[in-house]
Amino acid sequence: MIFRKLSTTPIPPYRRLFAALLVVPLVLTGCGGEDQDDSSGGEPASDLSFAVVSHGGAGDKFWDVVKSGAEQAGEDLGVKVSYQGSGDPNQQSQLIDTAVSEKVDGIVVSMANPDALKEAIGKAVAAGIPVITINSGAERSKEFGALTHVGQTERIAGEAAGERLKAEGGGKALCVIHEAGNVGLEDRCAGAKAKFGELENLQVNVSDLADASSKIKAKLQSDTSIDAVLTLNNGVAIAARDAIRDASSKAKLATFDLDKDVLAAVKAGEISFAVDQQPYLQGYLPISFLLLYNTNANSVGGGQPVLTGPGFVDKSNADAVAEYAEKGTR
Amino acid sequence: MTTAAPAADERVAPIGLLRRLLIRPELGAVVGAIAVFGFFASQSSVFRSIDGIANWLDPASTLGIMAVAIALLMIGGEFDLSAGVLTGTSGLALAMLTSEYGWNVWPAMLIGLALALTIGLFNGVMVVRTRLPSFIITLGSFLMLQGINLGVTKAVTGSVQISGIAEAPGYELARTIFASTVPFLGVQFRVAIFWWLAVTAVATWMLLRTRAGNWIFAVGGNEAAARSVGVPTARTKIALFMTTAFAAWLVGTILALRLTSVQANTGIGQEFIYIIAAVIGGCLLTGGYGSAIGAAIGAVIFGMADKGIVFAGWDSDWFKFFLGVMLVLATLTNHLVRRYAEEKRA
Repeated sequence: MIFRKLSTTPIPPYRRLFAALLVVPLVLTGCGGEDQDDSSGGEPASDLSFAVVSHGGAGDKFWDVVKSGAEQAGEDLGVKVSYQGSGDPNQQSQLIDTAVSEKVDGIVVSMANPDALKEAIGKAVAAGIPVITINSGAERSKEFGALTHVGQTERIAGEAAGERLKAEGGGKALCVIHEAGNVGLEDRCAGAKAKFGELENLQVNVSDLADASSKIKAKLQSDTSIDAVLTLNNGVAIAARDAIRDASSKAKLATFDLDKDVLAAVKAGEISFAVDQQPYLQGYLPISFLLLYNTNANSVGGGQPVLTGPGFVDKSNADAVAEYAEKGTR
Repeated sequence: MTTAAPAADERVAPIGLLRRLLIRPELGAVVGAIAVFGFFASQSSVFRSIDGIANWLDPASTLGIMAVAIALLMIGGEFDLSAGVLTGTSGLALAMLTSEYGWNVWPAMLIGLALALTIGLFNGVMVVRTRLPSFIITLGSFLMLQGINLGVTKAVTGSVQISGIAEAPGYELARTIFASTVPFLGVQFRVAIFWWLAVTAVATWMLLRTRAGNWIFAVGGNEAAARSVGVPTARTKIALFMTTAFAAWLVGTILALRLTSVQANTGIGQEFIYIIAAVIGGCLLTGGYGSAIGAAIGAVIFGMADKGIVFAGWDSDWFKFFLGVMLVLATLTNHLVRRYAEEKRA
């Protein structure tokens, strides 16, 4: 009998490992060969497919929200959306090349390093594929032939934050930069300074938050006239909160970007407000724009970027936002 | 027994060919590559199209240039963990001299080459003189270069990224040679692919047909024995480190000219990918065995998996997992084929 024969033949362990390894990715992806058939779920409204290529590595919290937005848009609008991301500009440009050879109907790309992506985006545009840039690279978007840019203009967001901090009664502010050489962060602080007045930058490293906290604390202790702190990252915000507490300073704290901890601190009154650039929109909107471009030749923005921020989260709306932060969409 | 075959050695004529194929170190990689290709080709029609092939050969090419050099070094019994960051160092030197100091691209490239070769020389001399494991020596240079790349870039430009190579004089010609595309069968292929084929061909010829090739196998197989039969072991090893540095310069230059900008963190983490490609291609971690063609094919496997996962439309959150599975499967295939071959040989 075949069964007995099978069961009595000892399977070499490596072969079992082999089979197991082969099976895992197939199971995880719903058995791979999903080129055309969509056996379950809603009928797609169209056979359009869009590719999102970001500069965020896998597991990055911010980009995960962008990804959720893009995927939800794909589901809502009945189009196929694939999301890829790589912080290495060469790999990012290769991912754009890949999308072009797949002949997708639209590409969404974030440009942290516009020069490195110029050629790949140029190829996409030359192939007649509409491109929308998101998040970074607003100033180069038009030059590269993109339909529009969806994001937050850092300078304007910084100005809004500075204005609001000033209105809350700040006299001297500290702007905490957490990544050396990131132009976007410099822009935020410059914008805040323009509206706030007396504002000083402090350089910390986002990958060492304990050290960031002690640096901020040292600064607050050495200059007690500082009565406002602006951080540009959710992790640094929490580090600054601890620093303010430890230094027994009365400084008001505001931050860019959200997470659960920041929301809790906003609710507790430890953080006055958070500037939210709404990454979910940076994923969702371009997909809907591309759909409308493909089906109705619409274009959005009129040559100007479409701003997803700055939105503000403070005590008044923290509860509502917290619910969505829990779901990973804010 | 006697056949009319013009083979040089008629004693192994009929089964000799199969045997000779089976004992080649790269055979396992070839089988693995066919398996990976077949797998993704069945998943995506774009992957198997000429357009798709041009697409996944691109990551394979820059990786392949490095993997071939690393394979030579590993056959010679050493590692180089600084090779990945060195691509960044060479690219940064080029970018800095052209965009910050207004140099012509060509002399800037030469300075980059001199810098890379000096670092290769340093690695080689340190390993030969101190007799410390190259793993440790080059780990040290890896960290030092990482610091230098960031520190110097920030000190000179105030930023972590240097752009503007495209405005430098001499850029157009350099780009044509190192970073353009070549039309073939109606599709644009990256010129890096041809560099990669050339590097592989030269390395293979050197390894199998020259005295230097014999020296490389000898120093990796048994250094003491090699020295006692008159192989210049120190010189061979230093030359191997400098060859790796040359490859790093070539790749760094290709990428810098292609992207027209270089980030200070370029190449970090790539060093292990090079080693993986060389091992998939049949190199032993202990040295003395391996092949340049194998390493080139190892790079192809990596390129196919890298882009095939995207073409197949799998969730990018799982990307690294899939990549890991592919690499384990390819290496396992390689291992099984080699063991089978060794049984045949016995």
